[in-house]
Amino acid sequence: MSATTLAAAEQYDYEIIKKFSVMAIVWAVVGMAVGLYIASELAWPFLNFDSPYFSFGRFRPVHTGAVIFGFGGSALFATSYYVVQRTCQARLFAPGLVSFTFWGWQAVIVLAAISYVLGYSQGREYAEMEWPIDILIELVWVSYMAIYIGTLMKRKQPHIYVANWFYLAFILATALLHTFNNLAVPVNLFSMKSYSLFSGVQDAMVQWWYGHNAVGFFLTAAFLGMMYYFVPKHAGRPVYSYRLSIVHFWALSFMYMWVGTHHLHWTALPDWASTLGATFSIMLLLPSWGGMINGIMTLSGAWDKLRTDPIMRFMIVALSFYGMSTFEGPLMALKDVNALSHYTDWTVGHVHSGALGWVAMISFGSMYHMIPRLWKTEMYSVKLINIHFWLATIGVLLYITAMWISGISQGLMWRAFDDYGNLQYSFVESVAAMHPFYVMRAIGGMFFLSGMLTMAYNVFQTIRQGVRAAEVESVRAATATA
Amino acid sequence: MGWLADPEIAKPIGMLIFFITFCLILFWVYGSRKRGEKLEEYKNIPLHDDDDDEVKKDKSNG
Repeated sequence: MSATTLAAAEQYDYEIIKKFSVMAIVWAVVGMAVGLYIASELAWPFLNFDSPYFSFGRFRPVHTGAVIFGFGGSALFATSYYVVQRTCQARLFAPGLVSFTFWGWQAVIVLAAISYVLGYSQGREYAEMEWPIDILIELVWVSYMAIYIGTLMKRKQPHIYVANWFYLAFILATALLHTFNNLAVPVNLFSMKSYSLFSGVQDAMVQWWYGHNAVGFFLTAAFLGMMYYFVPKHAGRPVYSYRLSIVHFWALSFMYMWVGTHHLHWTALPDWASTLGATFSIMLLLPSWGGMINGIMTLSGAWDKLRTDPIMRFMIVALSFYGMSTFEGPLMALKDVNALSHYTDWTVGHVHSGALGWVAMISFGSMYHMIPRLWKTEMYSVKLINIHFWLATIGVLLYITAMWISGISQGLMWRAFDDYGNLQYSFVESVAAMHPFYVMRAIGGMFFLSGMLTMAYNVFQTIRQGVRAAEVESVRAATATA
Repeated sequence: MGWLADPEIAKPIGMLIFFITFCLILFWVYGSRKRGEKLEEYKNIPLHDDDDDEVKKDKSNG
């Protein structure tokens, strides 16, 4: 039972969670809008306007930075601060640092976006920020870790609930990944440019050790932490098997660290290293599916909630996409499949089935659960949540179907030979053949963004409703005491 | 200790260490009915946090 009888809003620090929740939605709208713009640039290249400031190359990291670190990161800060306080029955440790994590993290996202548009980039995927921004990230992240561990140490609940294990693994792994992937020597103190400490194939291996573990720990483990709290909480039922969640945690944490080299099949990387990555990728299927089954089976015996509750639908569809993309990932890590899929749009489709289907949908479900509780009100419109769900689902399906067709076609066209042993298609012919699918992808993005705008409106009205109710309540209380 | 750096020795040793660790975790989780019951009790923690919301609690999983 609860260790204290104080009202949750007084016992816990909800102000920081409110701030991160609002910014998660702001960054989702910005990041997805930029994503839609660059998808449209690929379908209609005139949108580049022959200007470097509008080019795909500069906007692409603005998109990935805003959605992964802006939306995903802010949603993780918000939910992890919510979960750790409620499952430990303790207020956040070090309020000053808590505030620093908010302003520091928002500064990182803004500075990174500006620097990309101005042409500054390290050229490392999902780690394009130049060294001064990397140092700010390091400071924010160490503060985040101190707050999280400090709060766990203050807990009144003897056991640390498994969601916190996942969040903690994400915080610790991200600190390691960010530090080692960004070891670099600046050209000089007043230059944004720096040289990586690694070179050649070692540099590539470090980059993909970072890159895949960013997927594994930032985009998977952390959102599993979200899942292990919000799915049982929203369903009002405990998770299907706590023991399975423990095995899920240890197996996932151990195996993810080894799989990065599957991004470097058929390169200068020694063959044994990429085979090792592929082997661990296949083994990873077991914990991933164990976790998915654990989440979905939480609803066992109460499947009717799926018909009646759009928030539950977001969560369960997210878990289904998690299962699908963690099946597709090991498949693509096989060398023979990778020979076809690598460098094609199939990879882009795979990333988005995970990012939109799993990460975004579990975040939407969790935030629809959490936001009304933060402002002590109800969601403004359940109908709009339902509309959001269908717009998002149609959007993801259009996106990934387009990319499957496009990617497999590209792979087949690039490897086709004529009777004389010459390449059957020029590269530009493969580009022209992709056009209809790029249009289809942009339409999928429009659906997803429309859903996001619906959520933003719904959340705005919910907050307004909560704030008004609080004002009325305080006036009533003041009148009663007068 | 140079022999330990030989990949033909380090690889099977690494595999044994990790496999044994995994078996120990499995044993810890599933090896004792009493411990299992205690672990399964922890799954109710999210439902126990003091809640001012009106989520109806249905405990058919535990």
